[in-house]
Amino acid sequence: MKKVGNHNSISRILLLSLAVMLTFSFTSNAQTAAPAATPAAPAAATAAPAAGAGDPVKGKELFNTNCAACHKLDAKSTGPALRGVKEKHEMAWIYKWVHNSSEVIKSGDATAVKLFAENNKSVMTAFPQLSEGDIDNIIAYTSTPKAEPAVGAAPPGTVTAASEGSEISNNVVLGALAVVMLLLVVMLFMVNSVLTKVAKANGIEVAPKEKRTPIWKAFAQNQFLVLVTSIFLLLASGYFVYGYLMQIGVDQNYEPIQPIHYSHRIHAGSNGINCKYCHSAARVSKNAGIPSLNVCMNCHKNISEVSDTTATPDHSKAFYDGEIAKLYTAVGWDKATQKYTGKTQPVKWVRIHNLPDFVYFNHSQHVSVAGVECQTCHGPVQEFEVMKQFFPLTMGWCIDCHRKTDVKMEGNEYYAKIHAELSKKYGVDKLTAAQMGGLECGKCHY
Amino acid sequence: MSSNKKYWKSVEELNENSSIVEALRNNEFVEEIPTDEFLGNKDSLSNSSTTRRDFLKYVGFSTAAATLAACEGPVHKSIPYVVQPEQIIPGVADFYATSVFDGFDFANILVKTREGRPIKIENNTIAGAKFAANARVHASVLSMYDSMRLKEPKIAGKPASWSDVDAKIKAGIADAKASGKQIVLLTNTLASPSTEKLIAEFIAKNPGSKHVVYDAVSSSEALDAFEAVYGERALVDYDFGKASLIVSVGADFLGDWQGGSYDTGYAQGRIPRNGKMSRHFQFESNMTLSGAAADKRVAMTVFNQKQALVKIYGIITGAAVSSNLDKAFDADVTKAAQQLKAAGSKGVLVSGIQDKNAQLLVLAINQALQSEAFSTAGTRQIRKGSNQQVAQLIADVQAGKVGTLIMSGVNPVYTLPNGEAFKSALKNVKTSVAFSLKEDETASVVTVAAAVPHYLESWNDLSLTKGAYALTQPTIRPLFNTKQFQEGLMSWNGDAGTYYDYLKANSASYTGGLSWNKVLHDGLYAGASAPAAGGSADYSAAANALAGSKSTGLELVLYTKVGLGDGQQANNPWLQEFPDPITRVSWDNYVTVSKFDADKLGMTNEIVANGGLNGSYANLVVDGVKLDNVPVIVQPGQAKGTVGLSFGYGRKAALKEEMKVGVNAYALYKGFNDVQTVSITKAGGEHEFACVQGQKTLMGRGDIIKETTLEIFNTKDAKVWNPQPMVSLDHAEVEATKVDLWESFDRSVGHHFNLSIDLNACTGCGACVIACHAENNVPVVGKSEVRRSRDMHWLRIDRYYSSEETFAKDNEKKENFNGLFGDKGSLGGFGQMEHASDNPQVAFQPVMCQHCNHAPCETVCPVAATSHGRQGQNQMAYNRCVGTRYCANNCPYKVRRFNWFLYNKNSEFDYHMNDDLGRMVLNPDVNVRSRGVMEKCSMCIQMTQLTILTAKREGRVIKDGEFQTACSAACSSGAMIFGDVNDKESKVAELLEDDRMYHLLEHVGTKPNVIYHVKVRNT
Repeated sequence: MKKVGNHNSISRILLLSLAVMLTFSFTSNAQTAAPAATPAAPAAATAAPAAGAGDPVKGKELFNTNCAACHKLDAKSTGPALRGVKEKHEMAWIYKWVHNSSEVIKSGDATAVKLFAENNKSVMTAFPQLSEGDIDNIIAYTSTPKAEPAVGAAPPGTVTAASEGSEISNNVVLGALAVVMLLLVVMLFMVNSVLTKVAKANGIEVAPKEKRTPIWKAFAQNQFLVLVTSIFLLLASGYFVYGYLMQIGVDQNYEPIQPIHYSHRIHAGSNGINCKYCHSAARVSKNAGIPSLNVCMNCHKNISEVSDTTATPDHSKAFYDGEIAKLYTAVGWDKATQKYTGKTQPVKWVRIHNLPDFVYFNHSQHVSVAGVECQTCHGPVQEFEVMKQFFPLTMGWCIDCHRKTDVKMEGNEYYAKIHAELSKKYGVDKLTAAQMGGLECGKCHY
Repeated sequence: MSSNKKYWKSVEELNENSSIVEALRNNEFVEEIPTDEFLGNKDSLSNSSTTRRDFLKYVGFSTAAATLAACEGPVHKSIPYVVQPEQIIPGVADFYATSVFDGFDFANILVKTREGRPIKIENNTIAGAKFAANARVHASVLSMYDSMRLKEPKIAGKPASWSDVDAKIKAGIADAKASGKQIVLLTNTLASPSTEKLIAEFIAKNPGSKHVVYDAVSSSEALDAFEAVYGERALVDYDFGKASLIVSVGADFLGDWQGGSYDTGYAQGRIPRNGKMSRHFQFESNMTLSGAAADKRVAMTVFNQKQALVKIYGIITGAAVSSNLDKAFDADVTKAAQQLKAAGSKGVLVSGIQDKNAQLLVLAINQALQSEAFSTAGTRQIRKGSNQQVAQLIADVQAGKVGTLIMSGVNPVYTLPNGEAFKSALKNVKTSVAFSLKEDETASVVTVAAAVPHYLESWNDLSLTKGAYALTQPTIRPLFNTKQFQEGLMSWNGDAGTYYDYLKANSASYTGGLSWNKVLHDGLYAGASAPAAGGSADYSAAANALAGSKSTGLELVLYTKVGLGDGQQANNPWLQEFPDPITRVSWDNYVTVSKFDADKLGMTNEIVANGGLNGSYANLVVDGVKLDNVPVIVQPGQAKGTVGLSFGYGRKAALKEEMKVGVNAYALYKGFNDVQTVSITKAGGEHEFACVQGQKTLMGRGDIIKETTLEIFNTKDAKVWNPQPMVSLDHAEVEATKVDLWESFDRSVGHHFNLSIDLNACTGCGACVIACHAENNVPVVGKSEVRRSRDMHWLRIDRYYSSEETFAKDNEKKENFNGLFGDKGSLGGFGQMEHASDNPQVAFQPVMCQHCNHAPCETVCPVAATSHGRQGQNQMAYNRCVGTRYCANNCPYKVRRFNWFLYNKNSEFDYHMNDDLGRMVLNPDVNVRSRGVMEKCSMCIQMTQLTILTAKREGRVIKDGEFQTACSAACSSGAMIFGDVNDKESKVAELLEDDRMYHLLEHVGTKPNVIYHVKVRNT
């Protein structure tokens, strides 16, 4: 477990300032290289040729609103992959199928019946509202050739190369400087010895060096200095020991490797999914609850791979797709047949936020009653690629918030009487959690 | 220069010839130091492969490993469901309504489950739920997590599959049919319509088979009498709430008499309202809970009880019967009978005498009174056993007439008086099957031991009273490879379905049109049957026969204790450690002897130097059967000429070592009669009891338990019978409540919790004690620790005897002390008052942390680990406590408990907290305390906090009755009421203003938040 002190030691400040200095020198280089990557992405969209009569841009829009729940362009989902569907079927047949697939199947059309059977006999929603033009647009979109991901992948390499280059040049400069300094020192010694020799040769008496007590001996003899130094050392070591002891059991920035690389950045950040969609227990329970895998499958039944834009320099698309595959293994979902196999392997997550047993914390009190944002205690989770403990979660930290935070009482019948009485007693308009009794030991320790 | 002085090493050196001098010259010590003994076997020591270097390596490695391990925090794994069940939200409790009947105890209950684990039993308070849980039912949740349970079926002691078991039983049935031998189903009383239907189908399918019902503790005579009069084998479900005069002749109806569970109705009539409360006469031999609650208790032998019953019968009905009642009791019995007659329909008489004639007289008397409390409608179905049938079966088994014996819910090898003979007779039975929770005495000797699920894992239906219907539903998936007896029956009947489907199909005819889901949700359908057609019998013949019974010398009266009951849950550490409400002894059964008889026999009880109670041993002989080394308790109130002994102890099979305590009283239960003629002699040695209360009497300190009579209560001012203690302030006498050392906080804002305890309604049943254990993860410490006064009960029920005949006379005696010496001197007088009277008044007082507003414990804590909350709770932060124990020393109520050891995951305390299964019962909302930490009642702050949170979330005001503690929720007699006194509409606010209200040790000025109500006796 990572242990980090919760107060600023001098060494930390020094290290930090060094780090700041170094990063500035690097980022200035990296930023110049980054823009090179961006122009490639739009190129894919504009490069699409006008394959049919339809407009692929409008088609994309229609596809995303109507079809994307069950179809993907390049992979089988609830329904088959749709890229190049135009080559497989007649347009007239496609119109009929989209407008009402059940009727086509009923009519005994061989292709339709086969298709129906191939896709687990799941009935496709009828779309009578889509005009033939709309369908043309969608087909136009599905006929755009697959974009080459290679274009986007290249730039990161150049970025790293550039930053490596700057590192080398820095080292060379520093090395050269060191050599120069060394040369200077050597020269100084040489000059000194030459001058002494010259003096000897000229018969000039060099004044003999006065025998002095070495500095360490002088130090040891000076009792006052020894006393001051030892007091200073004692205080300093006390300071560090205290710092060390106070961080035991405080797991701020604890960021363990999880069995599945789950990115809050993608889910809560990019996709803006509400925290409580997955951590639904937080509304009613003391536990926020780690979502059960069936909650994941609400979306991931259809999302078996991430989009190309999700990939980052650190984690490729293949990496993320692999993580989704891990979910499928755990929940027992067969992507090919779109069915549950029944073979499950519960995921053993590593617990990050772990209060001691003698502390009672209730999520619903804070989330539902007080309306505290999840981020208040968990930090900017929507930016975390890997989940970590952002705050120290120490008692002092809790108490601090209880002292500062006003209790949300508006519209809550429960608080009506107590608010009237307490606000009169304390002569305030708003009451803090502390004034409500939120500092009493027994409220959290039982 | 050397000195010639001679130094003497010892006086022995004076003697030249002493061997010691010689020895000392050569050796340092006179005697050889037994180093070999200390180091163990020399040979094995030298043969050991561990060299000194190896040893040092081990030490070094383990130290280094421990140090390294301490550097890293442990990694916790969180494993969510793959598919989360809809109704389970981690961290939120679910409640399931169910009902329990194990052949002895029964109740309508709610089961609290967390993450799919049942962790606590609560009373079902829905309208129509009649039976509240007693201490044993509260503890039954722990019995499910018993690591000594039978985990899989066994054939001849070897694990087998259910298909093998089924085949074996089916073959046994076929075999018995072929050889013309009997097929017998021996079960406890089932009270289950569906099971009984299955058994009827089984008997129809297998002609020649029969069903025998066996109650370990028999109520056969009462059933016989009721059957003779009303033509129905059932027991009357008395409603004591309707009676203004209760006469009990040997019936401990607040205990386990005819199933018990009468305290709710009884307590209703005991709280004085409008100057009225019920009056209760008790004629009995053992000191029971009912006797303790009675207004007038007369201790008499069972012989005299029979005569008293005859006399009462004569007075009530006017029938001319002569009774041989001892003259000494004549006046009391006559008085009771006359008052009973005067009370008419408001009177009721009950009797526990195991004699059909006596039970006939009970029916006759209540019929004659036209008692309202006595109703033949909705009779109890919870005892059906017939002594004759069981006796017949035993004879048949011994004679080898039984080919297949299938037992369920019974343990005859343990509970039969001739268990050993039955055990050997079982060899005559070709196929003997025991459906059992545990590999108990019976299950370990039968051919097939079939593991059954606990009631919390099973489906069943119950008709506890006639016409009522309740469902038992599983609250957890079966922990082990078990199968219900009913499923077995279905398989033998050739029914391929499940018992659940069978039950569901069958239930429609009992639920009065209510849907299955509704009954399942409520847990019951509160139906009732019409009164049985009034019958009659030859009562005067019965009276004459009873009057003719003979006195037979020293009587042994067998009874069941509140803790263990019939002994089914002997492996339950909560129940073993539960102190008996009367004797306050845990972890034992014992023979209770009156002071008079004890003196005669030379038996004693005494408190020894370490504070523990020691007692003599006795040898009992009943009709040739010996029971040796039974510990003796000298019991105030025990009738002269009788001794008592409780069932349920002395078990050996499927028990952890610590639980194998006591002696088996069933061995003396000849002819299933609870009264036996016994000869008793003193045996050598002393027994060490684990008794939690050394002092017996109140010593005239009437301000601890305030008692008065109804007459004084009605006629005098409250200041007379509930006086305020006075203290001196500025040389003037003022009420103690007016003086204050401290400045008080303003407690008028928000909630302010008070717990009210009505001493009139408290029967001492102990349900609260076990409920507190379950709710608050109170550890079990074991017999030797309890003996050292290190019991951990957060809630204790103090029991006090009067030293004179009544508490009032105690007070009077103390007031009249004059000087130091002499009869009236305080030295001798207090000495006398230490001893309880031969027939004392008894009072119970539940004491938990009083949550003083001016708490003495808080001021002495050096680390501020205990502090006060605005809501009135005295809070204890365990993580802050450093274990100085100053608080416990400064607590005037002695309610703080210290963790002398680590009681969980410690093999020295091998109780439920030491195994993974037993720990499943722990309440996840309450901390498990560690060694060196003080703990005490928290006023169930986790429960009040949850109530507040729920209200906040729902944005509403909290209604009265929503706030509960574990003890107040478990209290079925209404003695404990909990609530918010700042809510002026609440019950507890009203009780706080009541005239009967007082605080414990008011003069200390602690201003407690627990209030008591003066006990009023209707004498």
